[in-house]
Amino acid sequence: MASGSSIGVGGLFVNAEVTTSGRPVLRRNEVECFLLSSVDFDSEDDPPRFTALKSGNLILTTHRLIWIPSEPNGAVPSSIPLAAVTHIFSHKKSIKSMFHSPRIRFQADPGSIVVTIVFRGKGDFDCFLTKFWECWRGRAWDEEDKSETETSRSGGSATVAQGLYGNDGTVRMVGLAGILRKEQEQWESTDKSLQDAFQDLNALMSKAKEMVSLAEKMRQKLLSAPSSQNSSTDDEEMGSKEEMQQWMLSVGIISPVTKESAGALYHQELSRQLADFVRIPLEQAGGMISLTDMYYHFNRARGTELISPDDLWQACTLWEKFDVPVMLRKFDSGVMVIQNKSHSDEEVMSRIRMLVTKTEALRAGVTASDAALTLKIAPAMAKEHLLTAETKGLLCRDMSPDGLRFYFNLFPEIDLTNLHIVKDFGTYGEWVKATSILSV
Amino acid sequence: MQKLADFKLPQFFNYPPYFTLQPVRDTREKQIQLWKELILDYCKSQKIFLIGVEEDFPLFSNSAIDRSLSHEAKETFLSAIVGEGRAEWLDKGHRKCLILWHRIQDWADIILQFVRDNGLEDSVMTVEEIRSGTESHGTELQGIDRTILMRALKLLENKGKLALFKGTSADDEGVKFSV
Repeated sequence: MASGSSIGVGGLFVNAEVTTSGRPVLRRNEVECFLLSSVDFDSEDDPPRFTALKSGNLILTTHRLIWIPSEPNGAVPSSIPLAAVTHIFSHKKSIKSMFHSPRIRFQADPGSIVVTIVFRGKGDFDCFLTKFWECWRGRAWDEEDKSETETSRSGGSATVAQGLYGNDGTVRMVGLAGILRKEQEQWESTDKSLQDAFQDLNALMSKAKEMVSLAEKMRQKLLSAPSSQNSSTDDEEMGSKEEMQQWMLSVGIISPVTKESAGALYHQELSRQLADFVRIPLEQAGGMISLTDMYYHFNRARGTELISPDDLWQACTLWEKFDVPVMLRKFDSGVMVIQNKSHSDEEVMSRIRMLVTKTEALRAGVTASDAALTLKIAPAMAKEHLLTAETKGLLCRDMSPDGLRFYFNLFPEIDLTNLHIVKDFGTYGEWVKATSILSV
Repeated sequence: MQKLADFKLPQFFNYPPYFTLQPVRDTREKQIQLWKELILDYCKSQKIFLIGVEEDFPLFSNSAIDRSLSHEAKETFLSAIVGEGRAEWLDKGHRKCLILWHRIQDWADIILQFVRDNGLEDSVMTVEEIRSGTESHGTELQGIDRTILMRALKLLENKGKLALFKGTSADDEGVKFSV
């Protein structure tokens, strides 16, 4: 078996590069079109004008006919460029051909050599033939030559490894084929993750089935229980009540109550759950947390089955009915917070007092952000505390060009009968000292 | 401490919250009282009889701390003084405020004292002379606001201490004392 660079006469066959696993290395823009096994390349001339290639896999691409030996028998993978094919003989079906393996004859340069492809394996021969004609007629190599000359004219860069497949067998994302391949891969990975998701979904659905059957039971109970309290049962009212229950049931909430004031069971359970949950964020926030912050924390922890702001508020208002260590508190400004029952305003006040009687704070006052930093609480909370301190007379406000600031309240210490007196003791004196650096 | 002209300002004039109208009732009350005293003291020392709310009044801003009273604050403080009878709004829009750092009654007493001090018990004087004549030099009556003077004189007229009469021109409005 020849293992030289050319088998046939005058180089009919060109060596075909293959990967380590035996796949052909395709050129740029070259696309595989057909694959058949147990194929021979024969020369029917006598003497044969080339050494026959026996029993290999035939790969038809847009650019070449590639033959790869199916067994390692020393034969070299070879190819014939479609560009070299000058003529394809028409295939005549005869009685004779019915008993033989199908074959195609074509003529190729150099030398107008006639080659016969014998198909000994099972495969769609007719389809191959059609594709062979298509690829040969398609002249994909023409366009490439054109674009190659163009790019070389315009100084385009040449990639080192040509073809869709890299030398190591991985698929390179180049050209249109590359784009298509990329899309294909994306589809495949999406498909896979969808499949995985569906596994979870199946699990979820089985739970949902339980929930639905439970809801159905409850619903039956609801429907059977007559609301005989209302002597004049409004049809509309009944309708909307039902609607609400239906809706609640459809999202898995069981509400056996017809009057809102009683508080749905859902809200009660939520209320208890919330009271437990609240403990840790509350501690982290320094004993007081706004309702909106809690809404964020709670829903984040839940992940699914998110609760509405209204649900949260309802749940908090129910706390007064239970013996829980937390409470909902509304400030004058309208801000609502959750705080520990044990939270003492006095403690916060004393911390604020300490903050505002420091020299710098005496001189320049404090903003809500300053207070937030020092007291280690959220700025919105800090502002509420400062406002509370102001209401208690500990602080007073200064509308500065940069915004609202708070100072220790000196007004009580100023003597109305003698405006110029500053007592030695007292914060007024401290303040005068602190500001004396600035006085004109 | 700072001065406005020759007026000595109190320390709390540099306290920024002093220039922000306080929302908390008790704090605000004290603030109002302090402003009232300060305004009256200042006006007395500088002989200021009229404050225009929309005009720049030196007492109402402190450049050292970059603060000044808002319109609302000015109105609040002045209205408080009016409420105590130590000032009067001259217009419905509360733009001009007559400051009575002496009440009208006090002015009347000062006029009577002035009359006695200068032996004018039965004399006649023009109103203008009372406020700018040689006798009034160095007294509190010097430069007194005409409106206030007229009010005081009218008060005394009602008590029979004098009689007002019109002269040939507005400037010649006269007073005959019968103290």
